[in-house]
Formats: sequence, C-alpha cells, structure tokens
Amino acid sequence: MPAFAFYLFAGVTILSALFVVLNRDAVNSAMCMIVALAGVAVLFGLLNAYVLAGFQIIVYAGAVMVLFLFIIMLLDPGTRLRPVFTPKTLLNIGVVGIILVASALWLAHQFPQSIELPAAPQLPPQENPMAFATAVKALGMELFTRYLLPFEVAGFMLLVAMLGVIVLSKRTPAEPQKSKTSTDTR
Amino acid sequence: MHPGLQAYLTVAVILFAIGFGGVLVRRNTLVIYMCLELMLSAATLALTAFSRYNNMMDGVLFVFFIITVAAAEVAVGLAIIVALYRRRGSVVVDDLNHLKD
Repeated sequence: MPAFAFYLFAGVTILSALFVVLNRDAVNSAMCMIVALAGVAVLFGLLNAYVLAGFQIIVYAGAVMVLFLFIIMLLDPGTRLRPVFTPKTLLNIGVVGIILVASALWLAHQFPQSIELPAAPQLPPQENPMAFATAVKALGMELFTRYLLPFEVAGFMLLVAMLGVIVLSKRTPAEPQKSKTSTDTR
Repeated sequence: MHPGLQAYLTVAVILFAIGFGGVLVRRNTLVIYMCLELMLSAATLALTAFSRYNNMMDGVLFVFFIITVAAAEVAVGLAIIVALYRRRGSVVVDDLNHLKD
C-alpha cells in the first residue's frame, strides 16, 4: 500500500512540476507549484516525517507561495510569456536532464524494488537518541539540545531577513515611477 | 512494503532536473525563482529519504533549517525583484540586460 501511494503522489508531483515549467501564465505556474509542494509534503508523510510534512504545507506551500502570488499579481500579471525553447537551450536541458535522469534510473535499477523498513517509533530508543522518530517531541529534543546554536542563529537570521525586506522595499526619492499600472495609493 | 530509497532519490533527481530546466527556459523572473524553490524542495526530499532509510534524525532537522532559510530567502529575493521592477519597469529577464556590453 505505501508503494502504490508513493507512485501515485510521486507522479502527481512530477507532473505538476512539469506544468510549472511549461505554463505560459505566471499565476498558473504558481498554482501548479503549490500542488507540487503539497505533493512533496505527501512524500514526506510517506517517509513518516509527519512534522516535516506539516512544516512544508504551512511554511512553503502556505506562506511562501502566497507571497509569490502576491508579488506575481503586483508586478504586471497581464504578460503571458512563453518559455523560450531555442535549440541551444534545448541542447543544454537535454544533456543535463538526460545525465541526471539516466543516473537516477541506473541507481534505482541497482537495488531491490521494495524493502522491508522497520516501523518508525514515536520517540527514539534510549541507546540511540538520534534515531528516526515521528513525534514532534523527538524533533524538539534534538533541536533544543544538540542543534540549539543553529536554532538560535535561524531565529536571528529571520530577524535580519525581515529587516532586509523592510529596507529593500522603501521607495528612494530618485526612483523613476515606471510601473505600467498605477498601484500607488498615495 | 516500502519502495526503496532509490525510488525517492529518483523522484528528487527528476524534480531537480525539471526545476533546473525551468530556470533555463523561463523568461519571467518570478517563475525562475519558483523553479529555484522547486530545486530546493527536491533536495529536501532527498535529505528526508536518506534520513528515514538510515534511521537518523539529522536529515529531518537539516530540512527544518532548510525550510526556514528558504522562507527567509524567498522574502528577501522577492523584495529585490520588486525593487528591480520599480527601477526597470519589467520582470522579463530579456529586458534586464543593463550589465551587458
């Protein structure tokens, strides 16, 4: 049963990722991107990383893509740009894509199709505190003991990113107002 | 019966290749940025698969930090793109060629 669910959602994810690349409209691309990120979250769930699946949906598909949609609709949603498939670009994509996909398929061929995986426990066992576990508490135990410094640095980095966004989005007085539609409410 | 580790890695590689192709062919800066995020997502999928199949928690924690950093990066990157749009009036990469000779 997990194998069938894996193939189904892997197919959905890859298909929507293709639509992200091949779509003319940026808004349609963003919608397909949301589906792709949700598909990746389902794959996280199939890997028993339920906390990560939740984070992926809340943060990535929920907040990041909504921000993307805001900006896409702010910056001239009218233009529908076709992807540019010049022969040189196609050659580049073809070479890199074939190398990557062929190596992945070779790798997949080397090993058995399905294996028995021991069920992931809720909390890690005493003798191996870094074992894979599904509970949020297991993530928290490692996050606040062994990975405390990266955790604090990540918090600080979010503060710096917020300051950076505020500074970057101020209008300087010498800027030419070149927007095609009038979005100023001042 | 779970699919092997290589199945997840194959999906991650295919997603990465699609994102990479998207960065090359698209002309809208925002869609290029979305394909970048797709590549990042593919890497997180590979990390989680490795973490699960080797019975470790390190990969999951790393993905936690990757998601955090990616969210901050998207915020700053979109602010840069908006500032660029205000300067140049366009988000099409063909028009953003002021560094060219």
